[in-house]
Amino acid sequence: MNFQFQDLGEMLLMGGHGVYVWAAVLVSLATLAWLVVSPILQHKQALRQIGLNLTREELRKQNGNKDI
Amino acid sequence: MNWTWFYRMGSPLWFYQSTSRWLPLLSLITLALLTAGLAWGLGFAPEDAKQGNSFRIIYLHVPASFLALAGYFLMAIAGAIGLIWKMKLSYIVMKCAAPIGAALTFLALFTGAVWGKPTWGSYWVWDARITSMLILLFLYFGVLALQYAFNSQEAGNKASAVLALVGTVNIPIIYKSVDWWFTLHQPSTIKLTSAPSMHPDMFQPLLVMILGFYCFYALALILAVRVEILKRESKTAWVRELVEQLGRQKMGVKQ
Amino acid sequence: MPESNRGFSAYFRRDLLLAYRRRGEVASPVIFFVMVATLIPLGVTPEPDSLKEMAPGIIWVMALLATLLSAEGLFVSDYKDGSLEQLLISPNLLVMPIFGKVTAHWITTGLPLTLASPLIALMLSLPSVAYLPMMAGLALGTGCLSFLAAIGAALTVSLQKGSLLLTLIVMPLYMPVIIFGSAVVQYSIDGMAWSGPLAILGAMLTAAIALCPLAIAAVLRLTTIN
Repeated sequence: MNFQFQDLGEMLLMGGHGVYVWAAVLVSLATLAWLVVSPILQHKQALRQIGLNLTREELRKQNGNKDI
Repeated sequence: MNWTWFYRMGSPLWFYQSTSRWLPLLSLITLALLTAGLAWGLGFAPEDAKQGNSFRIIYLHVPASFLALAGYFLMAIAGAIGLIWKMKLSYIVMKCAAPIGAALTFLALFTGAVWGKPTWGSYWVWDARITSMLILLFLYFGVLALQYAFNSQEAGNKASAVLALVGTVNIPIIYKSVDWWFTLHQPSTIKLTSAPSMHPDMFQPLLVMILGFYCFYALALILAVRVEILKRESKTAWVRELVEQLGRQKMGVKQ
Repeated sequence: MPESNRGFSAYFRRDLLLAYRRRGEVASPVIFFVMVATLIPLGVTPEPDSLKEMAPGIIWVMALLATLLSAEGLFVSDYKDGSLEQLLISPNLLVMPIFGKVTAHWITTGLPLTLASPLIALMLSLPSVAYLPMMAGLALGTGCLSFLAAIGAALTVSLQKGSLLLTLIVMPLYMPVIIFGSAVVQYSIDGMAWSGPLAILGAMLTAAIALCPLAIAAVLRLTTIN
């Protein structure tokens, strides 16, 4: 198993097909990253939301069930 | 036979807790496989004699197509389990699998188009496999649209589960007929993939990538399901406990 | 009358009668079919040679759209006036009434389209050898389309604006029918034996008759009764 290119510049060019190969790679990586990052962000958001609801409920209890 | 494991699997709490334990390991494996496979495929696999370096797109195109199709079946099976055993978790899995599958189908189409340009000279060719992928994308859109059209989540789940099952019955027919239609209209051009005749040096990195994509799919699905579980179970005691515990941890860090 | 047939003829006759009372609505898919077909030469080219080439595809796509247009009403009026729920809670087998309803739908859309198709074929200068295979293919194929559209209609029956969604979810399922339907016409134009694709259309219709009513019954039970 050998490295197929002279150097990294050659690898970037890919014998003239670089645009296509790297476009495919970039879009793929972006899609995959989005599929992982967006649920992680949503997870954080959901936790924060639930936490806020909890504190709001507690405050309401302390104030004798009045709306705040 | 003891079936308790099966019913335990349907419990959102059990799913959330056990995946919490396995997530770090799974993400590590996924990252390692994808990095290794991509570097191997892009840098070290030998060049294709006919297509030159453009063939390296195979290392993204084929795994994405695999998972796009497998994802549809998984979605349909999850829907079927939901319909039969009325499991809460399986509907959540079905609902979360749809956008992931659609994204992977889009990826398969995009990489196929980009690969087509240097190989066939145009971004879009009515090739049998690409056309089938496009129809698969439409099927995903249908399931997604139906899911969100209903006001009641319950009805939306049931309807899209049935639609996914109907689609599953149709997929083989669609694939066969598109294949047949292709042979009718176009004499054989260069095939994008010719797996059986692939050289082992080319095939091994592909195998790594396919494995990596499977792990990635599992990871993305688990993450999405966890969010959905958290949202649906936000009123339950265990979620409250979890949030309070996290809050205490945060306070501890601040002090 | 045999026991299993009971629901079939009752609902078949009822839906045909309803269609007869609303003759204008029944005619509209056919009028749509003819009108769109006249737009194609205006939009593309009036040249007979190119029209001939496109004719099988145009005829089949139009047939598809026409069945989709009319499919929305398959269960909606029954759902609104409550007779669908009556049907669902009745002790009879659900499959036969549904089979009857879908067959009535085919009689009121697929059959008129099949009968009107020579007119469009004439306008698109399709060779006369292709008329018979085209009509045979349409007769079988629109049957499949009716059954598939009925699944979509059942899925979207309880929604306010279901028609566009119905189109979206059913269209991908139509692809095989379109492929083999237009192949029948194409084969006959090219002078090849067209019984092969026609037989496949027949097989699809048989499968649709066997499986779709079951699916539709399940869908109606799941989505309309809460």
